[in-house]
Amino acid sequence: MGFDWNVIVNNRGLLFQGLMVSFQLTLVAIVGGMALGTVLAMCRLSRFRVLAVAAGFYVNFLRSLPLILVIFWFYILTPQIVGHPIDAYSSVLIAFTLFEAAYYCEIIRAGIASVKAGQVNAGLALGFGRWHVMRYVVLPQAFRNMLPVLLTQAIIMFQDTSIVYVVGVRDFLTTADVVANSNNRPVELYSVVAVTFLVICFTASRLVGRLQRKYAL
Amino acid sequence: MNYSWDWGLLFRSPHIDWLIEGFRNTVVMAVLAWFIAMSLGSLIGVMRTLDNPVAKRVGTIYVEIFRNIPLLAQLFLWYYVIPELLPAAAQKFVKRDMADPQFWTSVVGLGCYTAARVAEQVRSGIQSIPRGQRAAALAMGFSTAQVYRYVLLPIGFRTVIPSLTNDFLGVFKNSSLALTLGVMELTAAARQIEEYTFHSFEPFAAATVLYSCVTLLVITLMRVIERRTRIAGSVGSGR
Repeated sequence: MGFDWNVIVNNRGLLFQGLMVSFQLTLVAIVGGMALGTVLAMCRLSRFRVLAVAAGFYVNFLRSLPLILVIFWFYILTPQIVGHPIDAYSSVLIAFTLFEAAYYCEIIRAGIASVKAGQVNAGLALGFGRWHVMRYVVLPQAFRNMLPVLLTQAIIMFQDTSIVYVVGVRDFLTTADVVANSNNRPVELYSVVAVTFLVICFTASRLVGRLQRKYAL
Repeated sequence: MNYSWDWGLLFRSPHIDWLIEGFRNTVVMAVLAWFIAMSLGSLIGVMRTLDNPVAKRVGTIYVEIFRNIPLLAQLFLWYYVIPELLPAAAQKFVKRDMADPQFWTSVVGLGCYTAARVAEQVRSGIQSIPRGQRAAALAMGFSTAQVYRYVLLPIGFRTVIPSLTNDFLGVFKNSSLALTLGVMELTAAARQIEEYTFHSFEPFAAATVLYSCVTLLVITLMRVIERRTRIAGSVGSGR
């Protein structure tokens, strides 16, 4: 069969819009996931057992589920809870934030755990309070240690956003799918999607690698 | 919230049959894909640690391609694009004669995707072994194949068992993406029950419990295997 790449050129506006939705989803999920993930990590490391156990249960439970199932849950659950229908995009944002928070929690926890206990003791010996030790001694080092992993997780999440296809949110892949079906050109469209993701994610992971070498402690 | 619970519907025919079929498909797909991932991934991982620059290059390209394209896009490539690029005879087989194409496409897609992850684990496992071991084995007159078979792989694999467990759980969860190609796996079964009964909570809860239980089971099982295969004298793998 012949290829017809014009279909890409003709629909470039739509496809670009889709790509922007993918970026937007990634960005919101990173910010929301990291904020909630930090809180969860603090809970897991907290001295209050109830808090630690509850956060641990949340994280392990969500990590045992496929993202697709979590997306379906919120797609169905949120309208029931808020009492009126909401758009798929909002439900996906909630699902992503809550799901990614579990993964970010583990990354942040590992980062905090990577700081040697002697640092905490030294801080306390110098008369810092617990909060100040966290803020000025532990977190700056922890953040440096976990930065590459955080960014790698962001790349993975960017790829994961394609899963919103299952509830029909118009991200990059879904848009390409719509265009592919209306023009009957699946080969061209899916190839372009794959190559675009490949270029973006490959470049990003190379940059992360460079950053890692530069900022390693 | 007004919702009339009916847990009994899960156990009525045909819902229970869909759940069983879905669960079976999920498990079978995960196991078959894992088989591909382990064989192909070990090969690629080893290639990346060889001295031969061509082997290294091929391994790196494989990993970068399969790691940087979303799994869903990869499944679409396997299902919609690759068959079009095959020679006529192969195309005829794939499109017409192959039984259950969605299922097998998903298995191959999942397997190749996970292979890239396994390859990275195997590579890091081999590279974590002090260089002296390889040099000593070569000095004793081992061939390259023997160095890997008797020295590097037995240690390399054992150090990465925990990460490999994660990758297996990954393939188990990722098999849910096969529903986009129309495979009746566990999540698809829950959806189908929802569509037929308008009850959404019960079927999704059932799927959730099944996924969590398998994950818990695998983690428990792998803890035992980790303990059994711990490298004597190492501290890191102990708990």
